[in-house]
Amino acid sequence: MTTVGTSATAIAAAVRAGEVTARQVTEDHLAAIEAREGEIHAFNLVTAEQALAAADAVDATVAAGGDPGRLAGVPLALKDNLCTRGIPTTCSSRILEGWRPPYDATVVERMAAAGAVSVGKTNLDEFAMGSSTENSAFGPTRNPHDTTKVPGGSSGGSAAAVAAGFAPLALGSDTGGSIRQPAALCGVVGVKPTYGAVSRYGLVAFASSLDQIGPFARTVADAALLLEVIGGHDRRDTTSIPRPAPSLVDVLDRGVDGLRIGLITELTGEGIASDVAARVDAAAAALTAAGAVVGEASVPATTLGLSAYYLIAPAEASSNLARYDGVRYGARVDGATTGEMMELTRTAGFGPEVKRRIMLGTYALSAGYYDAYYGKAQRVRTLIARDFAAAYESFDLLLSPTSPTTAFALGEKADDPLTMYLNDVCTIPTNLAGHAAMSVPFGVGDDGMPVGVQLLAPSRGEPVMFRAAAVLEAAMEVAP
Amino acid sequence: MAASLTRDDVARIATLARLRLTDEELERTTEQLAAVLDHAADVEALDVDGVPPMTHPEPLVNVLRPDVVGATLDRDEVLACAPSAEDGQFRVPPILGEEP
Repeated sequence: MTTVGTSATAIAAAVRAGEVTARQVTEDHLAAIEAREGEIHAFNLVTAEQALAAADAVDATVAAGGDPGRLAGVPLALKDNLCTRGIPTTCSSRILEGWRPPYDATVVERMAAAGAVSVGKTNLDEFAMGSSTENSAFGPTRNPHDTTKVPGGSSGGSAAAVAAGFAPLALGSDTGGSIRQPAALCGVVGVKPTYGAVSRYGLVAFASSLDQIGPFARTVADAALLLEVIGGHDRRDTTSIPRPAPSLVDVLDRGVDGLRIGLITELTGEGIASDVAARVDAAAAALTAAGAVVGEASVPATTLGLSAYYLIAPAEASSNLARYDGVRYGARVDGATTGEMMELTRTAGFGPEVKRRIMLGTYALSAGYYDAYYGKAQRVRTLIARDFAAAYESFDLLLSPTSPTTAFALGEKADDPLTMYLNDVCTIPTNLAGHAAMSVPFGVGDDGMPVGVQLLAPSRGEPVMFRAAAVLEAAMEVAP
Repeated sequence: MAASLTRDDVARIATLARLRLTDEELERTTEQLAAVLDHAADVEALDVDGVPPMTHPEPLVNVLRPDVVGATLDRDEVLACAPSAEDGQFRVPPILGEEP
């Protein structure tokens, strides 16, 4: 019997108890990858050899009577913008071709220290800029539920890997919805933790004040377990919260009795497909049935989120991506002068969407436009944070769709950046505020494709958020 | 303001961003950026006088570590990542166009 489809929690328990070897688990999952990776393209690189070596080390620890950790022998897929020592890290960009990082990201160290086994690096929109994983220099990833559809993005490879059973766990990064939206479109759990809850050390920067690493899993409990393992203070990230990470796994069964949950009115009307809206209503009903008091919450400034985000994120990106100049790492196209070399390298190395965002950000920051665009967008960010704070005076959690629609067809929105950006309308406000949010699978739309509902919590509100997620998951098991 | 975004503006931004665009790319980028900036007109038109800018979700303060020697990346390993290196340094083409 294969271990593919078994939860991370169950795999780790079985490996620690010596009931199954990490090698067996790894071989099962590598076989699953072998069988279906050709049509999905979840990975930029499958690290089978390293995975088997890591699994053998876990088995050796068990054999010696030691404890390999809370994720013992659990296969895990890493988004290819997380640095892995000696293993190519491309960000799905030509400009990082050939680069092997000289260090591991903190989350990579922590998951390995807990006994997890990395099976490979997953595809993404180049530098995490996109909502469909079509902006990859190495070709698109396809949705395991229907390979004519996108998996969402930018962490589409990680979401697809979990949905396809290639690994029970994956890590992604979320700057404007890049974990939650693909999780919704692929029918898995995806979490954007509170800003500062997970170290960004070793995450290739896109927009530093918005980026956050988080887990993908098939179950809420598995997502909680992985977040506990990777979270907590890290002195190598100066924005890391210098306090212990909250317990999540232990509070999952506490329910939502008496909790006040607000349906965000601005994110439930116009622009949201009716089949998605119906699932959000069903989620509200399930939470009510479990004892929560669900009402309507108004967060007016969220309507400005998209505009503010598409000024702030490109501005930070244009600054962060200035480092790709052909001098210190990655590709270089030679030129007669250093200036020419840099220009030729960047022109050849970046894809169209990355160039578009760099241009937009450079414009928003340039002399004469800074106050009108970037400066104003930062003030809007304050308005959004204030409106959320006001809503959280009346509610413990907020609820909305994760994405306005189910998965769309490959190529459908590829030529229209603005239409593509509208995918992120429900997820962006959380990043701007620095709060926590997660997408929980909650049934399917009219086309039979997965729908995710989004639970939003204030900073450090993960424990209550996970309790509600567990309630939704249980409701789906009873009556899908 | 978005309506006034011209091809020349876009060409100037490309130079600042160290990117070369073909004529066709210049044309398309001008249209696409104008569309995004049009959408941002709601932000641009907003009266936010007196609202402080938010640069970051958490108040940023200087984070200091004890001034003790710790592990750092190995120099040769870092230089091995570079397209060109020599004598323990990154090697680049001439800066000002002079002969090396």
